[in-house]
Amino acid sequence: MRFTLSQEQAMLRDTVARLVRERFSFEARLKTLESAAGFDREVWREFAELGLLGAPFGEDVGGFGGGGIELMTVMQELGRGLLLEPYLASVVLAGSLIERLGTPAQRAAYLEPMIAGETLLAFAHGEPDSRYTLEQVTTRAVATEGGWRLDGQKSVVLGGGEANALVISARTTGASDEEAGISLFLLPSDAKGLSLRAYPTIDGLRAAELELDGVVVPAEALLGDPDEAFPAIEETVARGIVALCGEAVGAMETCCDMTLDYLKQRKQFGVAIGSFQVLQHRMVDLRGELEQARSMAILAAGRLEAERDERERAVSAAKNLIGRAGRTIAEESIQLHGGIGMTWEYALPHFAKRLVMIDHLLGDEDHHLERFVMLERAAAAGPALSAVS
Amino acid sequence: MDLHYTAEEEAFREEIRGFLREKLPPELAAKVRGGKRLTKADHERWHAILSEAGYLAVNWPAAYGGTGWSPVQRHIFDEETAAAGAPAILAFGVNMVAPVLMKFGTQAQKDYYLPRILDGSDWWCQGYSEPGAGSDLAGLKTRAERDGDHYVVNGQKTWTTLGQHANMIFCLVRTDPEAKKQEGISFLLIDMTTPGITVRPIVTLDGGREVNEVFFDDVRVPVENLVGEENKGWSCAKYLLTHERTGIAGIGQAKAALQHLKSVAGSQLKGGRPLSEDSTFARRIARVEIDLMALEMTNLRVIAEAQSGSAPGAESSLLKIKGSVLRQEITDLLRRSVGPYALPFLSELMDAETNQAPVGPAEAAPLAAEYFNRRKLSIYGGSNEIQKTIVAKAILGL
Repeated sequence: MRFTLSQEQAMLRDTVARLVRERFSFEARLKTLESAAGFDREVWREFAELGLLGAPFGEDVGGFGGGGIELMTVMQELGRGLLLEPYLASVVLAGSLIERLGTPAQRAAYLEPMIAGETLLAFAHGEPDSRYTLEQVTTRAVATEGGWRLDGQKSVVLGGGEANALVISARTTGASDEEAGISLFLLPSDAKGLSLRAYPTIDGLRAAELELDGVVVPAEALLGDPDEAFPAIEETVARGIVALCGEAVGAMETCCDMTLDYLKQRKQFGVAIGSFQVLQHRMVDLRGELEQARSMAILAAGRLEAERDERERAVSAAKNLIGRAGRTIAEESIQLHGGIGMTWEYALPHFAKRLVMIDHLLGDEDHHLERFVMLERAAAAGPALSAVS
Repeated sequence: MDLHYTAEEEAFREEIRGFLREKLPPELAAKVRGGKRLTKADHERWHAILSEAGYLAVNWPAAYGGTGWSPVQRHIFDEETAAAGAPAILAFGVNMVAPVLMKFGTQAQKDYYLPRILDGSDWWCQGYSEPGAGSDLAGLKTRAERDGDHYVVNGQKTWTTLGQHANMIFCLVRTDPEAKKQEGISFLLIDMTTPGITVRPIVTLDGGREVNEVFFDDVRVPVENLVGEENKGWSCAKYLLTHERTGIAGIGQAKAALQHLKSVAGSQLKGGRPLSEDSTFARRIARVEIDLMALEMTNLRVIAEAQSGSAPGAESSLLKIKGSVLRQEITDLLRRSVGPYALPFLSELMDAETNQAPVGPAEAAPLAAEYFNRRKLSIYGGSNEIQKTIVAKAILGL
């Protein structure tokens, strides 16, 4: 058992930390929020130069062959600086699906330019009525001569507006809530019949609603085998959750640091408000929440390469706990700051908003609690699992 | 990072499991699992079994007859003994007074008392709290005045756990009433059979008889029973509060209690189906289980730190806060799991030897009493509020 980073992992962390220190000032963030793209393309180019866009992938596509711990570590540092860049959407979600399922030609056409920083990707999976249920897919893909025709809607597609190409899920067979019968397709964002409405999100990111009206793609647009995309989607979402957990822990660290500083500096009644026991104890509670969240991020990251049941159990447990802890830290750090915690011009509330909204991505605390119960029931016949095996 | 135990640690786990299979008396494990009251003889029996195997003094260096185990080994031992239903090792002798003697005691004190702790000759209890000194421990008033080769002790201690069984008590006493609060305190070892000592039970809200009041009326204690220097007893007390507290979260006991909860919830029916399949109850259990997974990881992180040589300080306060609340939560769910059968309160059903027929499911009898008893977890050993103040000062610098 070891909880320290290897030398390579520590170097990766330091690289990202340096970038965050140099590039992610709050003033820069406010400016970027107003920009057309909603993120800093200069920073994205630096991501590419530093190899971060390929970091989670295998060495054959220029990645470090990194696993869950590397992903968590990168995201934690980016979370400390509250990134606006579409790393989750383009690299972790869409990129991982293409790496996992793509043919050499598909990787060359879509993954490699993304890793080089030339293009952006997005993963269009959620639908207006699917909520967080991964197998709920009603967008249809019907085989045509030499290809497929896609019809349906996709909702809150992260980074959808800026993406050059999309990985999109569609039902090729089966009922709307079956795991079997889901397929993935690659299509350029300017495909005929695809309309896209991009918008900002409350935590400063960008997303889009997609409508597919008779979008025709060639046979080679199919990513992976037809009808069998679900396991890859589930595994990729697990990677996404590890990334979000890492990001959340980073954002929690900043919230806790800022709040603690504020308690030491802000004076009322002639003394620092941190001298009041009622506030001290609430700050200690936040620190406890942060440590529990950090533990779960580590657990989920460490289980990312494990067998499906073990992986999913850890991932759902982590997302549930981090959803709860994130809300507590967000609400309490605003409260402990008082009025200044309510203002747009101050950094803290931006972190708090992100923490709350992370619970709305890839399954919230309720979704993952219910899922944990189902996974437990399924595993009940098997041997007892331990956090560390 | 590596979230796996080493092969040596796994082998160690097997060794402990083998020992428990062979040596833990099944009737003792049944009592612990069933929430029955343990007698003095039960504790002494398990103590002797551990001592014979060399597993009693898990925190002691090998030179003193301890196991010399690493923090990870101690964690594995806690986990396995709790899972098997072994009684918890009573801390007062082996884990509390012993480390103080090793650090501050004279050679004669070590030579005399440490072997007697190992072989069970002495049963120690703790004389810290007083009616006027709880969270404000340094406000204690029990006086020890020098009279020739003796201290004469007058005053009262309280919340003395299992003092009714003890023949020795380690006490914080005031030797200099003029000095500042923390500076006039000494650490004294007192024979409970000395004339002038009276032990009176305090019945707790669950009907239990765990704690006592201890009165001292002109009790003469030989000066060689002073540990460390006179008026320097506060250092001993503080040392005890930070010494090897990596097990303070009670992960092993929490895991065992969670297993018990799942088993009880699996045998209770709601609407003709097991309660464990009820969506509301299943989610309550799941939430506690997730919190426990996180706390185990947090505890292992602290253990790994300790393993690499850095002493855990105020981190153990965080573990104590989270661990106590979590264990209380599990007893809350156990109480709920039997519904109306949490109400019957028949004290005899909590003893192992009884002719009384259970009311309702046999496992229901102690659950409400245990729930109320476990309120103590967030009060004793420094209340959770005191722990938070420690973290605020030591970790957060507030």
